[in-house]
Parts: sequence; structure tokens; C-alpha cells
Amino acid sequence: MVRLVLKLAAVATFAICAAAAAAPVSSLKAEQGWVRWLPANLPAAGYVAIRNNGDKPVKLAGAESADYGMAMLHRSMQKNGSDSMEMVDAIAIPAHGGVALAPGGYHLMLMDAKHPIKPGDTVRISLHFDDGETLQLALPVRPANSSGD
Amino acid sequence: MALFRIRLFLLPALCFALLAACQHAPPPWQLNDVRGHLPDLQFDLTSDAGTPAAATDFRGKYVLMYFGYTHCPDVCPLTLVHLHLVMQKLGKDADKVRILFVSVDPARDTPPVLHQYVTAFDPRIVGLTGTPAQIAAMAKRYRSAFNIDAKQVNGDYTVSHGSIIYVFDRRGRARLIGNSTDTPDAIAHDLELLMRQD
Repeated sequence: MVRLVLKLAAVATFAICAAAAAAPVSSLKAEQGWVRWLPANLPAAGYVAIRNNGDKPVKLAGAESADYGMAMLHRSMQKNGSDSMEMVDAIAIPAHGGVALAPGGYHLMLMDAKHPIKPGDTVRISLHFDDGETLQLALPVRPANSSGD
Repeated sequence: MALFRIRLFLLPALCFALLAACQHAPPPWQLNDVRGHLPDLQFDLTSDAGTPAAATDFRGKYVLMYFGYTHCPDVCPLTLVHLHLVMQKLGKDADKVRILFVSVDPARDTPPVLHQYVTAFDPRIVGLTGTPAQIAAMAKRYRSAFNIDAKQVNGDYTVSHGSIIYVFDRRGRARLIGNSTDTPDAIAHDLELLMRQD
């Protein structure tokens, strides 16, 4: 009986170790995300802070949403008294660093809602990184005049 | 003779002290003083109610004006949120203020769309649109450049536009300019100062 228990314990320990080795802890973390709702089916903006705890820099290379037809990475800029916005292909995140998608700078532009969306709802967003990782987010939708605090 | 010399010395010393005192008075504004440098508030456009709107409709109110468009999900909302916060900080004095959001994208920003957009931020914002020629003339009058960028594959397009927030007094005179990065505190401070000076 004791030998059986010992054998089972050994197998269990080996299995747990093997499982841990096969599934590395992600070095990327997303926090404080939210979506600014706008009326009249206008494009909405998504914001989130991303931390890279890994030893290598990564790039946020794309985004998609189960709730919108299109999700793009954009950057707002103010130059020479002009406000403008452009699409960006990727956003670099340094090793042991972070990037904030926040009002006035980088943001997700969310277009073509697949169903009516309103403040209080939750929007699903997948962030794709160039190291093959994906972060799944569930962001709260806030009113147009939210300060995001 | 010695007394005369002392008095002679005192006179320029006094003048110098007075001049130094004048130059030490700090400007009171946190935004930029443009008094006399920009034209008075003047326009004939269409409001978000679909009715004609003229600048004279706003005489007697302090006016905050910003050029933008509704398909801008980040900077325009950020600016309007700041102006909404200004109104909150002003408390009862907010009744003396109106916010004008002038669309640089009249093709998409019809009165109904504008109405839904501005009312989502603050009840005291009036959306203004017009013909492309009217909007171009308005932007030119206030030296605000805008550019409708090329259409993308899905038909969407961005519009770059001036980042200036214009502050007009109750007589429609341009007094101050700020921009979308100025804090609501700074804008509210200057509005209160304008109100006290009137």
C-alpha cells in the first residue's frame, strides 16, 4: 500500500512539473483598460496599459475584437498647432517596461460595431504581439465624457 | 550744494525702482493673451438643431470654440471632456459660457450626427456645420488649418485640424487661446478672471 502511494505521488509530482515546464508564465500584462463609447455608430476608442516583464522587447502588432468589425492601432499627435491621427503598424514595448494606450496618444480605433454597444457593456479585444503571444481583454465601456479615472 | 546732489541722485533712483516694480507684475493669464490679434466671433453656420446659427446668437455669453470632427475617437473627445470639466469647475458661472464645436468634416457631420455627439459630452455645447465653403472660410478667419486626408479602402478618412481652443468674451472679442493639452483648471481659472474683469 505504501509503495503504491509513493509511486502515485512520484507520478503526480512529475506530471505537475511537466505541466509547469510546458506552460511558461506570460511576460505581458494588460491593466486599466476601458473603451470610450461614442453615439451614432461612430468609431470608439480603446485604452489600456501594457507591461512587459520579460527580458526581451516585444511589439504590439495588431488587435481584433469579437464585438467590432475592425480594430486598428492609432496614434494621435499634436504638431505645430495641429491635431492629427495616423494608423500605426506596431507599438514597441521595451523589456521590463511598458506602454500606455491613453487619451491623446496611442489608442485602439474600434469601428463597425457588430451589435449595439452602450456604456456599461463589456467589449472583447485580442491583442497580438510579435512574439506570438495574445492577450485577451474584456474592457468596460464608459460614457463619451468619461475622464478614464 | 551737497543737498542738491543728493536730490539729483534720488530722482533717477526713484524712477528705476518704479520701472522695476512695473516689470515684476506677472501676466495674470494661464492661457495665451491674444487680445487685438484675432477677429471677433463672426459666423453664419448651421447648428446641430438643423437651424441657422449666427455669432450674434452668442453675444452676452463667454464662448469656447474648437474645430474638430465626430469620426475622431481620441483627441476631439479628449478636448470636449476637458471643456466639460471646465464647465463643472465653473459651477453656477457655467451658465454664462457656451462651447462651440465647429465641424471640419461637414460631409459626415450632419446636424443629427453632430447633435448626438455634442450632447454626449455636455448640454452647453453647440455643434456647428455648414457647406464646405462656409467651414473653410470659418477656419481661415481664425487661422485654423485643416486637411481632409485621403480615403482608405473602407471609405473611412481622417481629418487633421487645428488644436486651438479659442476664448471669446461676452462682446464676441477674441481674448485668449489654449489647446487640447491645457488643463481644465487653467481654462477655468482664466474664464473666472475674464468674468471678474467685465
